[in-house]
Amino acid sequence: MSEKVYAGKSVTVTEDGYLTDPNQWTKDIAVEIAREEGITLSPKHFEVIEFIRDKTLKGEVMTIRTIGKSGIIDTKGFYELFPGAPLKKASRIAGVSKPTSCV
Amino acid sequence: MAGTIDHPIKKVLIICAKANIEDVYAALVMANGAVMEGIETKMFFTFFGLDAITKKSMKKLHTSAVGNPGLKMPGGLPFPTLLGILPGVEAGVSAMMKSQMEKLDIPTVEEFLELITAGGGEIYACKLAVDMFGLKKEDFSEHVKDIITVGQLYELAAGEGSQIIFT
Repeated sequence: MSEKVYAGKSVTVTEDGYLTDPNQWTKDIAVEIAREEGITLSPKHFEVIEFIRDKTLKGEVMTIRTIGKSGIIDTKGFYELFPGAPLKKASRIAGVSKPTSCV
Repeated sequence: MAGTIDHPIKKVLIICAKANIEDVYAALVMANGAVMEGIETKMFFTFFGLDAITKKSMKKLHTSAVGNPGLKMPGGLPFPTLLGILPGVEAGVSAMMKSQMEKLDIPTVEEFLELITAGGGEIYACKLAVDMFGLKKEDFSEHVKDIITVGQLYELAAGEGSQIIFT
């Protein structure tokens, strides 16, 4: 764990760069983490991020499938918004912990 | 862990040659997991594994109730092989396995293929096995990209940081 400054705010992050406390998250922080991932956030990105935050903070485990069925975006669109490893990138930008599901 | 970070897996080719639920799912879960990690993923279905991508049979995969030492009775006792030969037992065991997977929210075969291809993964059928079973391109799921030879398979798998996995 280490301290990191995003958008002028000091936050604690894990070795992989995930926020340890989702309550420290702000939209400005999301923009800066996304920049590190090479992503410029659009309103659609934020819809997905807020969906992930909302469900995760309620204790649900996120999968690519849950997001594909969210009604916000389909699986293909999710891969396009967050190219490479979408669930990991989107979770990191959303300020929640690293995804743990296998499907 | 330093070594794993220096030499990440960049590409996988996963081969599925069997039609049992467990073998097919092992291949699908690993392939989908690779796609999720941003790893370039190809799948190659051959011999009985073709059942998993053939429209007619993909929804009817079974697990073997005979000669399957891992199979247990409800409660954990070993499953007697002689029971497995009775009509309907294999279907019952397969149905139980599928309902258990549904409870855990594990996708169906069709949906897995959809997830994998949506993330850029590619699905191939083995030409030799396709010829052997007298199948045609149109017999396969729309997610199957092509029917290829073993030579083409190795071309697909080529590259630094590439791994071939046979389930």
